[in-house]
Amino acid sequence: MKRDPIYGIMAEFDSAQALVDAARTTHQAGYVKIDAYSPFPIEGLAEEIGFHHDEVPLVVLIGGIIGGLTGYLMQWWMSAVDYPLNIGGKPPHSWPAFIVITFEMTILFAGISAVLGMLALNGLPMPYHPVFNVPRFSSASKDRFFLIVFSSDKKYNAVDTRKFLEALAPRSVSEVPS
Amino acid sequence: MPEQYKSTTDLQRAPVIEPGHTFGTVTEKISAIVLTRPASNGWFIGFGICFMATMMMLYAIGYLFLKGVGIWGVTIPIGWGFAIVNFVWWIGIGHAGTLISAILLLLRQSWRNSINRFAEAMTLFAVAAAGIFPAIHVGRPWLAYWLFPYPNTMRVWPQFRSPLMWDVFAVSTYATISALFWFTGLIPDFATLRDRTDKPALKVIYGMLSMGWRGSARHWHRYETMYLLLAGLATPLVLSVHTVVSFDFAVGIVPGWHTTIFPPYFVAGAIYSGFAMVLMLAIPIRKIYGLEDFITERHLQNSAKVMLATGLIVAYGYGIEAFMGWYSGDRFEAFTLWNRLHGPYAFWYLSLLSCNIFIPQVLWIRKLRTSPVALFFISFVILIGMWLERFIIVVVSLHRDFLNSSWGMYYPTRWDYMTFFGTIGMFLMLMFLFLRLLPAISIFEMRTLLPEAEVKE
Repeated sequence: MKRDPIYGIMAEFDSAQALVDAARTTHQAGYVKIDAYSPFPIEGLAEEIGFHHDEVPLVVLIGGIIGGLTGYLMQWWMSAVDYPLNIGGKPPHSWPAFIVITFEMTILFAGISAVLGMLALNGLPMPYHPVFNVPRFSSASKDRFFLIVFSSDKKYNAVDTRKFLEALAPRSVSEVPS
Repeated sequence: MPEQYKSTTDLQRAPVIEPGHTFGTVTEKISAIVLTRPASNGWFIGFGICFMATMMMLYAIGYLFLKGVGIWGVTIPIGWGFAIVNFVWWIGIGHAGTLISAILLLLRQSWRNSINRFAEAMTLFAVAAAGIFPAIHVGRPWLAYWLFPYPNTMRVWPQFRSPLMWDVFAVSTYATISALFWFTGLIPDFATLRDRTDKPALKVIYGMLSMGWRGSARHWHRYETMYLLLAGLATPLVLSVHTVVSFDFAVGIVPGWHTTIFPPYFVAGAIYSGFAMVLMLAIPIRKIYGLEDFITERHLQNSAKVMLATGLIVAYGYGIEAFMGWYSGDRFEAFTLWNRLHGPYAFWYLSLLSCNIFIPQVLWIRKLRTSPVALFFISFVILIGMWLERFIIVVVSLHRDFLNSSWGMYYPTRWDYMTFFGTIGMFLMLMFLFLRLLPAISIFEMRTLLPEAEVKE
């Protein structure tokens, strides 16, 4: 399949408020494949572009459960099954003594899955991305706010979409080569 | 609020960030320290001294590996000398970083945003310094990995009913989670540095570290969820770490150790010393790098208040220890109390009480809470006091236990001092490097504090 030479059309805004308003208008106009970029997290912006399902908590829950089970079963198997050792007459399966390591393993696995889960779901690390082709985009990590409509969107049209974005009073509008 | 009260409240509530800043100025000011400002002579001198101290530590450890723990002052009955004192002291210092980054995040204390980054760095370096001690204290340090449960040809497993094993898991989990928390917090700032720098090599390095972060709203959403969950995980974790460290003592039957007040009192003491270290680092850093706009009087005041509160919890811990020594009716517990006050280490016990309880009470005076110089010295006193506390717990409890025939004294050797001061050098050396290579203040979290960042629905 031949790749579309244009990845999308990007509009640049001055303020967080302008970006949120523009994102809402664009999404309400029927554009689905859009994204917004900001130098800091903006509450509610993800919802404005139609993002509602955040799977990170589920990943962390599963990681935590696996960690807790691993921690407890490891101690039980090692101390009570494979290598029972009489220490001060304590039973080999001393569950209260196993709680601390079970807890630590729960935290360890949940924490690692939080970070790896976030990176994996975000598709990171990804050193190259078409949006970096726009020279002005380097301000997205400083003080500018960007909205993009991807060319894969059904409603996308090189002329109309550009006109639509220009009507949102952005600072500039540019095409993003892929 | 009536008008006459308003002015005093404003005074108390110095701003978290000085007015007049924009997204651009915040970004430029913080990233300039890393990207454009040349390293001063002072930096090289400070780094050089700390580097030499680190080399001294490595020399002392190298000699230890050759000769064994006999070069230290540890003997029977005091088998836990400086190594364990320093381990507990360092790991306690680390706790303030996690408290600032995780607990204050959950409590929505936005003032934390300007000090969390270097407080987290402090945590990592303190845990690194702490981790050295138990590893070199085991006698055969090249076998320290036996602490971990790995399949081995001896067909044995670690003994999980021992608090020392719990400690291995607690501290290594703590180190891992702290490193993750710190690194993920840096990802958006790495992206900023990648976009700001004009040196191609730095662009590649920061670009790799930023993992291609582009600030997409979807990414931010997952990122914030992850950050919040990590904070929620780190909060019970940090409380558990010093609790487990205190179990190393409290589960034993040595008088002066065998007490239920230890976990809360250890955690409070950890935060106490940690905030003292935060202030001792923050006060010179804000002065030298001109960051008074971001680390304001408000931060100093709040840290001082946290120290005052945790210091009182520590004082309560001492009070309960003394009370239980008397009330338990156990003559060995009662003797421990008497021995602390009148025994050969009485001077150090009284110094501990002065450093940790009496002198810090001057923090009730607002003038001292807002004076960076006074706070710097009070923090120094607290750090000494907290080190003495661990010395009293470890050494004074062990040196006279149940049998007179097994009493003894502890005399640290030069190798003990070289290792201890060497870890301070290593900690500060890593801090020096951190200041020059990474943004010491979280840039993206500072942006969220600006009034322009607010969005109406």
